[in-house]
Amino acid sequence: MTPAVELSGAELRRGARTLWSELDLQIAPGEFVAVLGPNGSGKTTLLQVLLGLLPLSAGTVRVQGEQPRRGTSTVGYIPQQRALDPLTPLRGRDLVGLGLDGHRWGPGLGGRRRRRDQVHEALAQVDALDYSDAPVGSLSGGEQQRLRVAQSLVGDPQLLLADEPLLSLDLARQRTVVELVDRRRREHGTAVVFVTHELNPVLPVVDRVLYLVDGRFRVGTPDEVMTSANLSELYRTEVEVVRVRGRILVVGAEEAPVHCEVHREDGAGELRSTAGAR
Amino acid sequence: MSTLDLLAETFVQQALIAGAVLALLAGLLGPLVVGRGMAFAVHGTAELSFAGGAGALLLFGAGAVGWGALVGAVLVALVFGALGLAAHERDSVIGVLLSFGLGLGVLFQSLYTGRSANKFGLLVGQIVGVDTGDLISLAVTGVVVIGVLAVAYRPLLFASLDPTMAAARGVPVRALSIAFAVLLGATTALGVQIVGALLVLSLLITPAAAAARLTASPLFATVLAVIFAEVAVLGGIVLSLAPGLPISPFVAGIAFVTYLICRLIGSLRTRRRASRTTVPSRPEDTSTSSQSALASQSPRPRS
Repeated sequence: MTPAVELSGAELRRGARTLWSELDLQIAPGEFVAVLGPNGSGKTTLLQVLLGLLPLSAGTVRVQGEQPRRGTSTVGYIPQQRALDPLTPLRGRDLVGLGLDGHRWGPGLGGRRRRRDQVHEALAQVDALDYSDAPVGSLSGGEQQRLRVAQSLVGDPQLLLADEPLLSLDLARQRTVVELVDRRRREHGTAVVFVTHELNPVLPVVDRVLYLVDGRFRVGTPDEVMTSANLSELYRTEVEVVRVRGRILVVGAEEAPVHCEVHREDGAGELRSTAGAR
Repeated sequence: MSTLDLLAETFVQQALIAGAVLALLAGLLGPLVVGRGMAFAVHGTAELSFAGGAGALLLFGAGAVGWGALVGAVLVALVFGALGLAAHERDSVIGVLLSFGLGLGVLFQSLYTGRSANKFGLLVGQIVGVDTGDLISLAVTGVVVIGVLAVAYRPLLFASLDPTMAAARGVPVRALSIAFAVLLGATTALGVQIVGALLVLSLLITPAAAAARLTASPLFATVLAVIFAEVAVLGGIVLSLAPGLPISPFVAGIAFVTYLICRLIGSLRTRRRASRTTVPSRPEDTSTSSQSALASQSPRPRS
């Protein structure tokens, strides 16, 4: 079976800085991989590579056995939770529809019925049909994020990329998003690459973890990666990993000196989380 | 002459055709302008278009006004387009260029010694002066704008309303921003010659803003904006005939009344919807703003 993602000897440089190198990673269909690490460690950049927006500096990348292309419908994307402008002139179903063919050129007059069915199905998958005709700006943060999930699924993706989709959501809404994504990969065999600051909300569903710190990384199951020895080596400082009631707590990584001056490179999306890192 | 007699005149019919084409373009672009929050950029473009037209009038005579207006509008639209969507300094840059352009225009006009109707027309419009040559340039612009929209409408809508996601899907957000600015510049330049620089907003913004009060569907909003713009322009021209006044106050007046009515209907509907759902049925039904305020207050747990 073709792996959903195949990185070999992958390296990414931004200017003089190497974000990561010699990264080998195969992700099987239906696998759920969480990408962890401090700001500026190249998590978002990894997604950009998989989206075909950035070329690797060295090595190869394959998505469904092919070179990543911009705007392929086999790859879905969930952006960081960010409230839509209250006056955005779109209904829920329009937002989802843009995820389906918003990147296509031409008048798009053909296949209206099929398009409507696809949008309907995506809305149904996330239980968002009730408010699909309401202006998106009038919806709550949780409802908007459901629409984002529907928007990422409407193209029937084989690979789903999520960039901190839980940020600024409360625990109940975090659980909803994780459940929706988990259901999708179980029912449709969609591989998931889930960038997150926090492992615990996805811990029950995650298969493997890619932990990136300042060019160093570990790949493996949560039990393999999340050990005091591993993280101390990644952060190059004393880090303790504690397991409390099924949750994994990392103590000491906050003070690690890896955050300096690098967070800007990952784009504005990660800026808001730097306050927590200081 | 009565309004009916005047409607039989060729110059009036040409004015109506010109107005109809302009309203169509304005109605098509308006929802995107409103969605992108570019109302002030339209005003700035109109003033620079006025300066371009006035400069061309001074240097090359009345026949060159259209070209001057077009060059001025497209040049400044390129600058605004390059500033992008998120630029916080966009408004101040527009303010700087707008006032400079207006100053230039006033200078050109005071140096011009020809017919004063030519001067006044650029500010408040002179649709009765539309001749066959103008109609041809209007038609060409119309075909180009509609042609570009037919090819690029979906990515343009995506990039305008959901830029983060559009960029992730490989939509060339920046290039589209510039392309849209050029379309807007060309349409504005035509508007400047017909309804005048001061009132272009009444066609490019008001109908779309009115439509946005009634619907959140992009397609329906565009259809409504075209209808509202057509009613304002064609109605304005017809109403202005008998009193022999400039068309712009009538156009602006009709557009404004349309907006008021749509706003009223919109707020009545919102209130009715709110009263239906006073008891939230889902625990999720808290508003976005209060929720994000809570989130930012709570300490961020870290993995």
